[in-house]
Amino acid sequence: MTLYSDILLSGLVLGGMYALTALGLTLQYGVARIMNLSYGEFLVAASFGALFLYTGASVNPIVGLLLVVPLSFGAHWLLYQIVLTPLVRRAKHQGMLEVDSILATFGVLFVVQGVMLVLFGGQLYSYTYLSIPISVLGSTLAVNRLLALAFALIIGGALYLFLTRTRSGTALRAIAVNPTAAQLSGIDIRAASALAFAAGGAIVGAAGVLISMFLTFSAASGVGFTMKALIVVIMGGVGSMAGALVAGLMLGIAETAVSRLIDPGLTIAVTYALFLAALLWRPTGLFGRPAR
Amino acid sequence: MTGTLLKIASLRIVAVGAVAMAIGWAGMASAQEPTSIKIGWSISKTGPFAAGASVTTLPNYQVWVKDVNDAGGIMLKSIGKKLPIEVVEYDDRSNSEEMIKAVERLATQDKVDFILPPWSTGLNLAAAPVFNRLGYPHLAVTANTNRADELTKRWPNLTFWLGQPVEIVDGLVELLTKLRTDGKIGQNIAMVSVADQFGIEQSTAARDGLKKAGFNLVYDKSYPFGSQDMQPVLKDAQATNPDSFIAFSYPPDTFALTDTAKVLGFNPKVFYVGVGTAFPMYKGKFAAGAEGVMGIGGSNADLPGVKNYIQHHKAIIGREPDRWASPITYASLQVLQQAIERVGKIDRAAIIKEINEGSFETIIGPVKLKNGQYKEVWAVGQWQGNDFYAIAPFKQAGARAPIVPKPAWQ
Repeated sequence: MTLYSDILLSGLVLGGMYALTALGLTLQYGVARIMNLSYGEFLVAASFGALFLYTGASVNPIVGLLLVVPLSFGAHWLLYQIVLTPLVRRAKHQGMLEVDSILATFGVLFVVQGVMLVLFGGQLYSYTYLSIPISVLGSTLAVNRLLALAFALIIGGALYLFLTRTRSGTALRAIAVNPTAAQLSGIDIRAASALAFAAGGAIVGAAGVLISMFLTFSAASGVGFTMKALIVVIMGGVGSMAGALVAGLMLGIAETAVSRLIDPGLTIAVTYALFLAALLWRPTGLFGRPAR
Repeated sequence: MTGTLLKIASLRIVAVGAVAMAIGWAGMASAQEPTSIKIGWSISKTGPFAAGASVTTLPNYQVWVKDVNDAGGIMLKSIGKKLPIEVVEYDDRSNSEEMIKAVERLATQDKVDFILPPWSTGLNLAAAPVFNRLGYPHLAVTANTNRADELTKRWPNLTFWLGQPVEIVDGLVELLTKLRTDGKIGQNIAMVSVADQFGIEQSTAARDGLKKAGFNLVYDKSYPFGSQDMQPVLKDAQATNPDSFIAFSYPPDTFALTDTAKVLGFNPKVFYVGVGTAFPMYKGKFAAGAEGVMGIGGSNADLPGVKNYIQHHKAIIGREPDRWASPITYASLQVLQQAIERVGKIDRAAIIKEINEGSFETIIGPVKLKNGQYKEVWAVGQWQGNDFYAIAPFKQAGARAPIVPKPAWQ
């Protein structure tokens, strides 16, 4: 029994990290309709921010969040206004905007990565913060990873409540469902989309800071985060906060279970097997709306 | 009339002759009086290999070029003066096709005198036939392959400097066997490895070697490249209660394994992790926690040459070099310089011969290649105090005594 509860807890903690990295992307892709390929680069940029606040100015990463998150929000808001608004304006339909935004953010990816390479070089970075054991129901977990899970749950829960219980949240969901009709009912699409995109940016900033406490990163490691986030977002259903949370946690538990019960070599295989199964069974994702 | 014609004709001849002479003289001058030695390299500044190349390879190229140029350059006896190094650099974006294009371009377009190797086993093996066809010496320092004997026979311009995977594993197995004989550790070993060429080659060799030596492998698993959570693997390894834990891992996994072992309080008598243990950032990250951790590589940090080199590298680059391939990379460049100076002119065939046959004085001590390979390589190092000291092969001069059992995590 302890083995199973251990698997469940360790899996939740790993899955919390996956969910955390995916929440911002699902907001950006699901609501603002921007398939942001430079997502992982911004995550790594936030990690560098945390690293330098910690090692350079002795600001601990939790306090660092207070600086990095608003900064990331602002940077993404500007990115939307300057780079993405022209694409939104000239897009004749949803498909066109998706293709254009993929191309544009692909370019942004190289710009951000290039700047980081110039500033920090290609080498790996890693520091240690809150890497202390804590015993939960008989399982030993690392505090920093547990913190990432807690943030994922808080952010995911808060966003869910915001989207379902508030007027602005309802407006955002309306945009996600039908941008034209939303506009006709008096919603300022551009302002709301910019807000959603920037909010996604704030979340990716938080994810970058939290993850830097326990993962080794370099200027080149952003693509890996984008890939994993994309899997979680598509599996959970584009634009669904609950979907991203559940899909992320599921992947974490599945990977840990396979690793402990069968073979650690199969963890990547199980990720993709689950992904495929979810898509075959529910092509729009676990919590996705049926295709329009 | 005829006189004028003759005059014009002869003027022309004079003019043509003068131009021809001028061209010839300029040509002769450039052939005989080069103003620099052009050295090119193609290195991964971006992409997945940038992490390794920017620790082990590129900084050493930069330090060496600066050192040579600060000393006036490389002495060429044939013209009786020192020539500074001029650098041509390309980024191969961690892509073997880009790297080969860049190497070809260095030889044919930039017409460099020497080409320094790319980073990693894969890129060096891909580059080997190209270097050979172009006739350039190939100092494949960061390549680590069991086919070294065969390859250096096929391509005499190719030299290896980091030992063979089998030799690295042998060093580890011999060390563990000796520790067992001395009664410091028992039979049980837990082993994990990354599931790619490096991890598979090393773990296969280790599995054979450990079984032959009579060890008991209580845990033996591989994990996928890029795994972000080492807890499942380590919890199961810990449950088998091994005397020794060995991991053939890459830098991010090496850090994660150490970090997680610390969190779990998993402290076997021998804790050995793979690539990255020899990085100064390992000590930076774990501080006193690094004490007693073993890993791949190591250097004889008591040698004055190595000691000075570490300080010098830090002064120029701003951070310390790694303690495995970095000192050897710098030493290989010293060998190149000495070989050029002994030959005294840019005669690449003669320089290749000298690299293979000569004896050289370097920061890591005397270097004499055997079958195109540097053999006095360290297999296992251990963090002891502030440095990562070589402890195996333990019979090799300069090896320190290992600290076993490993002290508790700090």
